Amino acid sequence: MLPQIGLTHYLIIGALLFSLGVFGVVTRRNAIMVLMGVELILNSANINFVAFSRYSALGLDGQAIAVFVIILAASEAAIALAIVLNIYKRFNTVNVDDVSGLKE
Amino acid sequence: MSPETLIYCSIAILLLPLFGFVTTIFFGKRLPRGGDWWETGLLFVVLVLSSAVLYGKLSGYPDAAIDFSFPWVDFGNVPVVGPLQIPLGIVLDNLSAIMMVVVAIVSSLVHLFSIGYMHGDVRYTRYFAFLGLFTFSMLVIVLTNNFFTMYVGWELVGLSSYLLIGHWYEKKSASNAAIKAFIVNRIGDIGMFTGIMILYFTFRTFGFSEIFGAIGEGKIPMGSEAWLTAAGILIFCGAVGKSAQFPLHVWLPDAMEGPTPVSALIHAATMVAAGVYLIARTFPMMTADALMVIAYVGAITAFIAATIAIAQNDIKKVLAYSTISQLGYMVLGLGVGAYTAGFFHLVTHAMFKAGLFLGSGSVIQAMHHALHEKGDHHTDPQDIRNMGGLRTKMPITFWAFIVYTLAISGIPFTSGFLSKDEILAGTLAFGDLTGHYFIPVIGFLVAGLTAFYMFRVVILTFMGNHKDAGRFEYVHESPAVMTIPLIAFAVLSFFAFYSFNPFGASSGWFYHAMERPESVVPGPVQAASAGVFEEALHHSHVTAMILSLSVAGLGILVAFATYQWKKINADAVAERLSGVHRFLLGKWYFDELYGAVVVGGTLMMTRVLRWFDNTVVDGIVNGSARWTYGASFGFKLLWKDLQSRGEKNLSAILFLVVGVAISMWSGWYAATEFWSHTDTFLNCTLAILGGIGIGLLAFFMVWVGTGGFDKYVVDGLVNGVAYLSGFLGLVLRKFQTGKVQTYIVFVVLGVMVLFYFFR
Repeated sequence: MLPQIGLTHYLIIGALLFSLGVFGVVTRRNAIMVLMGVELILNSANINFVAFSRYSALGLDGQAIAVFVIILAASEAAIALAIVLNIYKRFNTVNVDDVSGLKE
Repeated sequence: MSPETLIYCSIAILLLPLFGFVTTIFFGKRLPRGGDWWETGLLFVVLVLSSAVLYGKLSGYPDAAIDFSFPWVDFGNVPVVGPLQIPLGIVLDNLSAIMMVVVAIVSSLVHLFSIGYMHGDVRYTRYFAFLGLFTFSMLVIVLTNNFFTMYVGWELVGLSSYLLIGHWYEKKSASNAAIKAFIVNRIGDIGMFTGIMILYFTFRTFGFSEIFGAIGEGKIPMGSEAWLTAAGILIFCGAVGKSAQFPLHVWLPDAMEGPTPVSALIHAATMVAAGVYLIARTFPMMTADALMVIAYVGAITAFIAATIAIAQNDIKKVLAYSTISQLGYMVLGLGVGAYTAGFFHLVTHAMFKAGLFLGSGSVIQAMHHALHEKGDHHTDPQDIRNMGGLRTKMPITFWAFIVYTLAISGIPFTSGFLSKDEILAGTLAFGDLTGHYFIPVIGFLVAGLTAFYMFRVVILTFMGNHKDAGRFEYVHESPAVMTIPLIAFAVLSFFAFYSFNPFGASSGWFYHAMERPESVVPGPVQAASAGVFEEALHHSHVTAMILSLSVAGLGILVAFATYQWKKINADAVAERLSGVHRFLLGKWYFDELYGAVVVGGTLMMTRVLRWFDNTVVDGIVNGSARWTYGASFGFKLLWKDLQSRGEKNLSAILFLVVGVAISMWSGWYAATEFWSHTDTFLNCTLAILGGIGIGLLAFFMVWVGTGGFDKYVVDGLVNGVAYLSGFLGLVLRKFQTGKVQTYIVFVVLGVMVLFYFFR
C-alpha cells in the first residue's frame, strides 16, 4: 500500500522545484534559461500555496494567491523578455556572463 | 572739654593739613600770592586747636588715654590666616598731645618763615603744598594707635621728605640726596616691617594697647623672649633709619640740599623725631636687651656725629651732624630708661634746633643777597669761614642764635639744660645700675663736644670781623616774616615753659604729664623698673649736673680760646692731627664705605646674575627649542645642521641623558617594587627582564631622538593605513563580478543567514 499523501509530500515537491529553479537561475548561461528558472521558482511557490490551502486552515485564500502569482509571473516574464531583447540589441548576445559592464 | 570734643578736634587737626595740601596743590596757583597765606593760615588754626586740645587734655584728663577706633576693613575668615580685621584709629594720650603741639608749633612757624625765605622761588606753591602733606603725615604718625597706620604715616613722611629735599631738582646733588634719603629710610623700614609682622602674626592685631595688653598677659612671639627682643630691635630699626642713627645716618647731611626751612621742619624737629617718638610709643614692649641695644646705638651715634661736626665748615652740615648727635642723645635717653627725659629732650630740641636752622637760613639768605649784589657767584654762602661779624648787621638773628646755642650746650635757664641734664643723670643712673659706664662717659664727652662746635659756629659766623668789607655792606637783617619765628623759638627755648625750677624739671608740668609707662615685658627680661630707676636717679642727679656744667663750660672755653681769643691756633691743630682732621672732615668716610661695600656688592651680584641669566636660563630656553626641533625633524638632521653651523650640541647630550635617566629610574622602580624576598626564580626573571627592559628603553630613547620614531612609527602608521585600505579594496573588488547570477547567489546566501538568525 502507498503511504497516505499529505502536506509534507507537496512541500517537498515545492522545495525540490525551488532548488531546481535556483540552480537554473544561478548556473545557466543563456538569459532565457535564467528566466525559465525564475518561472520554476514562482511555480514552486504556487504549489506550496495550494498545498497549504488544501491541507491546512488557509482555506480558499491559498488558491486565490496562487492565481495572483500566476498572473504576476506572466507579466514579469513579459517584462523580462523585453529586457532580454534590449540586451540582445545592445550587446548582440544573450550570454549573461558577457553582460558584465558593471564589473569594475 | 569732653573726650569726644578732644577726639573730634584731634581728627580736625589731623585732616586740616591734608585739606590744605589737596587745595593748594590743585588750586594754589590761582590764589593770590600762590596760596602761601592759605596754607600758613590753616597751620596756625591747627596750632590753636592743638594747644586747646593739649590744655583740655592736661587739665581735664591728665592720666587718661582717649582712644577712638573704627573698623576699617573686615575680611572675615581668610583661609590659612584666620579671622582678619584691621581697625584703625587715633589715640590721644599725653605723649601724642604734646607731640602734636610740637609739630604744630614748628610747622606753622616754618610756614611763616618760608614766606620770606622762599620768596620768588620757582615752585613756590608746590613747596607749601608739600609742607602741608608733610605735616599731615607727621600727625598721622603722632596720633595713630596702631602699627599699620604708623607704617603708612612713616612712609608718607619719607615721601614728603623726598619731595621736599628734591625741591630744587634741577640740581643733581639735590635729586641724588632725595633718593638717598628715601632709600636709606627704606632700609630701616624693612626692619620695622619685619618687626610689625612678627607682632601681627603673634597677636593678630596692630593696635598698641592690644599688643601691650597681650604681652602683659604673658603671650609673647613664638613663646620666647628672644623673639620679643628681636621684635623690639627690628622696630627700632625703623627708628634707626628715620632718626638717622648709626649706621643709617648717612642721608641726613645730604638732606641739607633741600631748602633751609625744610631742614628746620623735617630734619631737625619733626620727621627725624618720629623715630624717637616710635621708641617712646613702643617703650612698654622693649626688653632689657633691646633697650641696651638702643642705648648703645644712641651713644655711638651721638659720639660719631659730634666728632664729625667739629670739623665741618658748612653751617648747615654742622647743624645736620648736631641733629644726628642730639637724636643720639634722645635715643640714648630712652634706651637707658630715662623715658621722660628722652621725650623732653625731643621737645626742647625741636624748638631750639628748628630755631638754629631758621637762624642759619636767615644768615644764608643775607649772605646770598650780599654775594648776589656783589655779583659773586662762586663763594659759598653757607661756609662759615666766609662769614664773620654778622652780629652787628643781624642783631635779632644773632641774639636768637645765642639763645639756641646756649640751650643746645646745656647752660642753665634754658630748656635744653633741663632736658640734657635729665638725660645725663639718667645715663649715670644706668651706669650705676648696670655697670655699663661707657654710656655716661660718652654722654658727657658729647656734651662737651656739642658746646664746643656750636660756639665755634657762633663765633665764626657772628663774632669777629667779616673778611670782605665790601660784601659786608650789603648784609642786612631778614624781614619780619623771618625774624618772628626766630624770636618765637628763642622764647620757647627758655626753661619757664616746662618747669618753674630752672635747675630741675621734675617738678614741672611736663614731668607730671609724662610718666614713664610700665613695661609689660615678662619679669626676667624687663629692664630696671621705674621705681628702681628713680632711686638711682636721685643719687646721680647732682653728680650729673656738676659734671655736665663743667664739661659744657670746658667746651665753651676751648671754643672761645680757639676762635675768639685766638689763643689756640685751629689750623695748626688740624695740621698736627691731619689724619684725624681729614677723617672727621670726610665724615668718617661712611659714604665711601657704603659705596664700596653695599653698592659694589650689589653690582657684583648683578654680574653674577647676568651670567646666570645669559648662560643657564637662555641655555635652557634655547636648548628646549632645539630639543623640540630634534624630536620632530630627526636628530640626525639636527646633528648635521648644527655641525655644519659649527655649534655645540646640547640637545644630543640631553637626549642621551634623559634616555639613560628614564631607563635607570624605571629599572630601579621595577626592582624595588617587584623584588620578591622569597622567590629567587622571580628575582632572576625580574633581573633579566629588567636588564633587557632598560636596554630597550635606552635604545628606544636614542632611536626616538634620531628621528626613527617619526620616520617609522608616525609615517609607518599613516602608510600602513593606506596600504591596508588598498589591500582590502583589492580583495573586496573580487565580489564585483558584474554578473547578476553571482549577486543572486549572494542574496540567497544572505537570506539563509537571516533565516538562521531570525527564525
